[in-house]
Amino acid sequence: MRELLICKGATFSYEGMAVIKEADFTAFEGEYLCVTGENGSGKSTLIKGILGLKQPAAGKIEYAGGLKKREIGYLPQQAAVKKDFPAGVLEVALSGCLNGMGLRPFYNKADKERARECLELMGVYRLKNRSFGELSGGEQRRVLLARALCSAKRLLVLDEPVSGLDPSASRELYDTVKMLNEDRGITIIMVTHDIDAALTYANKILCLDCGKAFYGTPEEFSASHEGKKLYGGHRHA
Amino acid sequence: MPDILRMFSYPFMARAFAAGVAVALASSLLGVSLVLKRYSMIGDGLSHVSFGCLAIAAALNWSPLAVSLPVVTASAFLLLRLNESKRVYGDAAIALISTASLAVGVIVVSLTTGMNVDVYNYMFGSILSITQTDMILSIVIAVIVCGVFALLFHRIFAVTFDEPFSKATGLNTDVYNTLFALLTAVTIVVGMRLVGALLISGIIIFPPLAAMRVAKTFRKATVLSAIISVICFFAGLTMSFALNLPAGASVVALNAAVFIIMFAAGLISSAVMKRKV
Repeated sequence: MRELLICKGATFSYEGMAVIKEADFTAFEGEYLCVTGENGSGKSTLIKGILGLKQPAAGKIEYAGGLKKREIGYLPQQAAVKKDFPAGVLEVALSGCLNGMGLRPFYNKADKERARECLELMGVYRLKNRSFGELSGGEQRRVLLARALCSAKRLLVLDEPVSGLDPSASRELYDTVKMLNEDRGITIIMVTHDIDAALTYANKILCLDCGKAFYGTPEEFSASHEGKKLYGGHRHA
Repeated sequence: MPDILRMFSYPFMARAFAAGVAVALASSLLGVSLVLKRYSMIGDGLSHVSFGCLAIAAALNWSPLAVSLPVVTASAFLLLRLNESKRVYGDAAIALISTASLAVGVIVVSLTTGMNVDVYNYMFGSILSITQTDMILSIVIAVIVCGVFALLFHRIFAVTFDEPFSKATGLNTDVYNTLFALLTAVTIVVGMRLVGALLISGIIIFPPLAAMRVAKTFRKATVLSAIISVICFFAGLTMSFALNLPAGASVVALNAAVFIIMFAAGLISSAVMKRKV
């Protein structure tokens, strides 16, 4: 397997306070990596670092295997979209295709087909002529996910994708992501609080806690101290 | 009616119409993004900077455009950057720069010529002062803004809608922000000669806000904003000629009236939509 993303001793800090201390991990092509940890453990910060939206204070995060920014899809934790923004659902989904267009100014048939396919996959194609701001939180989430799918050629980064979705929609979303990972070979990096899902779907787990990072397979994670700590408080049948 | 048509026989009116329609078009297109990115007051702030520059240029007997263009452009960059860094609130930053420039401008004016007709023209605009150069500059900037919007429309949407996403997925957002700062600065410097420093905000924010009351997609909002702005400018200038009113104020008042109409239309249409659902 080819390396896709190498994180070497990356430290992130806000105003001098280290949120993540010397995180080390490597994501390989085709992997499904779940990032977990308690609130404030720096999950979203790490995602920003991976996407180049925040520079590490020390260490580095490198793209490998020829990965380029325009092959990445991204679902933000909370879209900073205001309610009165005049944006059509189709406009939003299509904007995910921009990163594959090079210098071409307009969308072509293939882009439109891709946007349609991604919206259908998320079950929101019927909303294509609606205004994004009028949709419910769950519907907006699906549209943004469709946009992320449009832009993800090799790597899909999801920041808490199921927040705001009901259980059946969450399951569908996990299945869709799994399908993208297995059938299309897209590498997944997903932040989630849902440890069950992480253990079920992921083949690597990165747990950020107290600034130290655990990195390993789900089996290793279950056996580890961090895993027991997080999993212990998470009773299920 | 012949009276109305006669106004085009005055060269200064023909120049004012050509320059005004061009500026109205450029400002309303840029306005859509500026309003949505919460930069509504940038026009106001930059026009005060421009006022300060004009006062200094007049005192030193320099060319007004040569002083105000670079300084206003630099201020536009500064304001956009300040907002990004989040160290100073964006609206506060605009207020800081705008009031400081206004103060400097007023001091320079009172030390030199005193509050005369020129100052009044800077504040409220003067269609009489539009020169051939102003007209050509307005048309050039309008053509550039229209060209940028036509070719980069989808990218402008993406950067306006969700800048972090655009940046994360490989769009060079800095280029678009820089381009916007530059075009906004030039449009304001040119436009304030026409409608004045105090009213330039009006032609930047009213047309997009009015359009957004009824348009549900970015494309419709942008096109409608441009249409509203051009019609309001044309009607406003005609009204000012016919009724002998100040041109800038007439244009902005009409824009405000259209906004109120659109606001009502938006309320009615959403009420109808709800009833259908």
